[in-house]
Amino acid sequence: MTTAATPGQEKATGDLRTVQLIRRGLAASPELADGLRMTIAMGFAVAIGRLVIPVLIEQTIDNGIGVAAGGDANGAAAGTVVNTVDMGYVVRSAVLAAIIILVSAVISWRAQRRLVRQAELAITNLRIRTFDRIHRFSIADHNETRKGLLVSRVTSDAETLARFAQWGLYVWSIDPVMMLGVLLVLAYYSWQLALVVLVVHLPVLPLLRWMQLRQIAVYDAYRNRVSDMLAAFSEMITGTPVVRAYGAEERFRTELDTAIGRRYHTRMRANSYMASLFVVGDVFGALSMAAVLVVGLWQRQAWGLEAGELVAVLFLANLVREPIGSISEVLDQTQVAAASWNKILSVLDHPIDVVEPNEDEARDLPLGPLRIEADNVDFSYGDGERALTDVSVVIPAGLNVAIVGETGSGKTTFAKLLCRLADPTAGRILVDGIDLRVVSHRSRIHSVRMVPQDGFLFDGTIADNVMFGADHATQADIRSAFERLGLGWWIDKQGLDTRVGERGENLSVGERQLVALARAQLADPGLLILDEATSAVDPETDQALTQALRRLAEGRTMVSIAHRLSTAEVADLVLVFDRSRLVDIGSHRELVAKGSGVYHGLHKAWLGNTRSNGDKPAAPVSRSGR
Amino acid sequence: MSRFRADDRRVQPSDAWRLIREQIALHPGPFAISVFGAVLYAGATVVSAEVLGYVTDSVIYPSYVADGPTPDPVLWGAAAIVAVVALRSAGVVARRYFAGMTAERVQATFRRTLTDRYLRLPISWHQRMPTGQLLAHADNDTEKMAEVLHPLPFSLGTFFLAAFSAVSLLLVDVVLAAVAFSVFPALILLNRVYSSRVERPAAAAQEEVGRTSAIAHESFDGALIVKTLGRADAEVERFGVAAHRLREHRVEIGYIRALFEAVLDMLPNIGIVLVIVVGALRVDAGAVTRGDLVQVAALFTVLAFPMRVLGFFLETVPPSVVSRQRLNLVLDEQLPAPVPSSGVLPEGPLAVRASAVGYQYDDDVEVLTGIDFTIEPGEIVALVGSTGAGKSTLCSLVAGLMPPSVGSITLGGVELADLSDRERTDAVALVFQETFLFGASVTGNIDLDGAYTADEIREAAAVARAAGFIDRLPNGFDTVLGERGVTLSGGQRQRVALARALVRKPRLLILDDATSAVDPKIEQEILARLRSRLHTTTLVVAQRVATIGLADRVLFLADGRIAAAGTHDELMTNADYRALVMAYELAGT
Repeated sequence: MTTAATPGQEKATGDLRTVQLIRRGLAASPELADGLRMTIAMGFAVAIGRLVIPVLIEQTIDNGIGVAAGGDANGAAAGTVVNTVDMGYVVRSAVLAAIIILVSAVISWRAQRRLVRQAELAITNLRIRTFDRIHRFSIADHNETRKGLLVSRVTSDAETLARFAQWGLYVWSIDPVMMLGVLLVLAYYSWQLALVVLVVHLPVLPLLRWMQLRQIAVYDAYRNRVSDMLAAFSEMITGTPVVRAYGAEERFRTELDTAIGRRYHTRMRANSYMASLFVVGDVFGALSMAAVLVVGLWQRQAWGLEAGELVAVLFLANLVREPIGSISEVLDQTQVAAASWNKILSVLDHPIDVVEPNEDEARDLPLGPLRIEADNVDFSYGDGERALTDVSVVIPAGLNVAIVGETGSGKTTFAKLLCRLADPTAGRILVDGIDLRVVSHRSRIHSVRMVPQDGFLFDGTIADNVMFGADHATQADIRSAFERLGLGWWIDKQGLDTRVGERGENLSVGERQLVALARAQLADPGLLILDEATSAVDPETDQALTQALRRLAEGRTMVSIAHRLSTAEVADLVLVFDRSRLVDIGSHRELVAKGSGVYHGLHKAWLGNTRSNGDKPAAPVSRSGR
Repeated sequence: MSRFRADDRRVQPSDAWRLIREQIALHPGPFAISVFGAVLYAGATVVSAEVLGYVTDSVIYPSYVADGPTPDPVLWGAAAIVAVVALRSAGVVARRYFAGMTAERVQATFRRTLTDRYLRLPISWHQRMPTGQLLAHADNDTEKMAEVLHPLPFSLGTFFLAAFSAVSLLLVDVVLAAVAFSVFPALILLNRVYSSRVERPAAAAQEEVGRTSAIAHESFDGALIVKTLGRADAEVERFGVAAHRLREHRVEIGYIRALFEAVLDMLPNIGIVLVIVVGALRVDAGAVTRGDLVQVAALFTVLAFPMRVLGFFLETVPPSVVSRQRLNLVLDEQLPAPVPSSGVLPEGPLAVRASAVGYQYDDDVEVLTGIDFTIEPGEIVALVGSTGAGKSTLCSLVAGLMPPSVGSITLGGVELADLSDRERTDAVALVFQETFLFGASVTGNIDLDGAYTADEIREAAAVARAAGFIDRLPNGFDTVLGERGVTLSGGQRQRVALARALVRKPRLLILDDATSAVDPKIEQEILARLRSRLHTTTLVVAQRVATIGLADRVLFLADGRIAAAGTHDELMTNADYRALVMAYELAGT
């Protein structure tokens, strides 16, 4: 898992341990191995197709076109160069060249097709496996900030790879081979001149490197300015009601103007590097051509260099600049792609904490209300934060239990352990005497259910969402689930086919909870864990909820993370958590009678005494519909 | 994701050119320099081939022939090579840098225009538009729209390149020029065909990208539910289907590309082979020299890539137009005409009068009908009603945020519609149900315009019972709030928002469920202070019995109508009202 900050702000490192990355990547995507072979084939095919030309020119000029000094023999003036052409030779060479070009074109076509197919397959499979993996992470990895990062792994990071596969991969397949090919052919004609070309090009690598590092730094700054600008827009847009109501337009206009301006300026700085990088190849290419010309002519006799060969060498030196240009263009994209690949692979490498038992050891839970036991349970989150310390309790089957405590006391964590959203770091949890870790996935999903706080619904109808409780339910089953909870009137008003919208946005928070409860009722689990909605519910829906909960608790063990006095009052048993420990157990009346202790303090707060931050004791902000 | 799909029909060339011209017209300077760079590049490219020909004929060959003409100095040749390339590079740098500048400036201009629109378009418009879409306009769409400007100078340059090459070739030999003129049009044509073939799968791929993204977002947002329902496998399958569909489109694009790349790579080389054969013939006929042959071959090598740039440019046009169409959703909207100040609002707390007011959202849902009421200056009126009754809508209407669909609202006897924005926002303060705090300091959140003194700010915070906790923050009033700063609890946020309203000394204060997260006792204190310290008329949405108790009168809103109005005791005779109030009592705190 990436431990770094948000992707936009990650410092791109210049040295990405490329070899290691490629090795990991190949291990994760075996489809790529075939792709690599295709890459090399393609590179060679294209290189040969292009290199034929200088060779053909050289052959034509040297062997096809003879040279003779001018003289009366041909009726030409003295001192001129006269040419004799062996057309047969020229045509034969040309045909051969044309065939080679054609064949290399066909090979590169087929090779690229294959490469594309394999690359896309590799990326898609990687994407899906990453998606799968993320869903198997324990809840410790799923908090708010992490979620945003995880989504980008399967979306923007995968997209970056796909874009790279379309462009950068192509460049890397062809251009390095091209450069090698040029050097080889050059060396064939004159190894000395090949050396000259190499030497002249030596500064290119460090120069490109230096420019690239500067460019990375500026590009980083640019990405930050982009996020800043987006944040400014986002704030202005979501705050429109306030901006409008308070006439604060000028302030935001200025803020946005600044953000837009900053983005522009950093982008232009990055642009200056981008503009200059490309010509590095050109300039050094020209320098090497000039050097070749001077040195070649000077040493032509010592090295036995033919005129045509010298021309060919000039052409070849010219051919080197384009690959350099392309590669320098693509360096930036390559960096980004490598970074994305790294991030995706990190997700795949991240350990899965909650491992499902295998076939033989898995056991099923019986139907009906379940008994719960916690044995010296400890739990710490990944970052070392201790959430539960030595918690032990027995909850008899069929009881309605309320868990209470301040924020951070561990109550929510405990409830999550009960449905195995994570495993305890020490101790164990037994359901009906069976260690939760050996309960089969299928059985656990069926018998242990959680209704989380925020009422998340999937985009679909109410009926669709309730059916997640039990796949084979009929409309009648769904309706009777609502009726059993006393919500018949509500579902009649709403309609089973009402679309709930993305994340259930068409319903209010309270109404989403009602649907979630119906879903739980339909599923009929032996253990139900409820994370109570906080006060973001209007009073009428609140009443409906309270009644529904009462009905829902019948015939099963129900454990509620309680935020309200009323819930604790009606529970059979109350578990009181404080600072990661279970400090008290008993019924509401017993606990109040004690006259002191954590529960006592909570109770007082609930009855309306002021808390230190002046907040209403049940938690925050109303967010009803419009 | 956008709820609006831009026009799917083929992009008309005339549309595209018009849009491009508009963009260029915004920043013609850098664009002109960029084109100049492109022309310089074109000229230098053609000359570089000529230099090679010259070097072959006048420097290399004479050096090899014993009694031939004297070769020109090597250093001239070397210098010519370097000089020409230096010029060409200068052209390239100028072209790219200034093309980038043009595109970036155009983007900045459009973003500023969008900012202006977002700030001025009515709230009803904003309610229709998802935030994600508005952000996409400001970021992605402007970028894509201007992307067409990057390759444009280069493309224009290729026309010059073609012209210069044609002249250069004709000067060498007409026959060889004829060979060239047959190959290059073929290249250009092939590029066009390629672009049009790729268009459809490219658009389809874009859509699938959006779809997979949406699935991933939804799936991970509900990760907890997915886990507890054991739906991980189903989700993976759902995602897998979309991902594979995306892959198919991409592979289709890749296959088309593979074919065209191979052909486009091959053609110029075949062309050179042809040139060499024809050239040898021409050399035989004494019409061209070796150097000429070399020059033409060199020209071919250099021309192949630029011919493709036209293709790149054409590829960027359709997405650019589509993006512009999306932007037009905002840019084409009618802006409300600004109302000039009339200066007729009376002093002191304002009276409010609603006559036959109704409001209908765009989707024809009627939220309020036949609203009639009066609020006397200085009164505290409680607005009571069940969820969905229309309380928030009514608050927004009274604050003048949106015009009523029918009927009229007057403030201090003046029609809301006749008040300028300034007059209205100076007089009325609305505190919303949902607290909006910005990533600024506490002071910056309370004083949005920078118009108030520290004392005034502190006093407002004190009335809102916020000064205490603010002082205890790390930097007191200067503490930065929000994601990168301190997070406040729900009740604290509400009190800061309240202070924001109070610092303006409004003459009509509207509280829409503005203290729901604040402890009831503190809420009472705040309301009591409001009453004593502020000279204002107050309309407060009340969900607590105690709040209702503080009001002079109550308006009972049910099903979008005022079902009853009067004192609390009078209204208790209304059965629905009574039921609602009792439900509030039962809800307890």
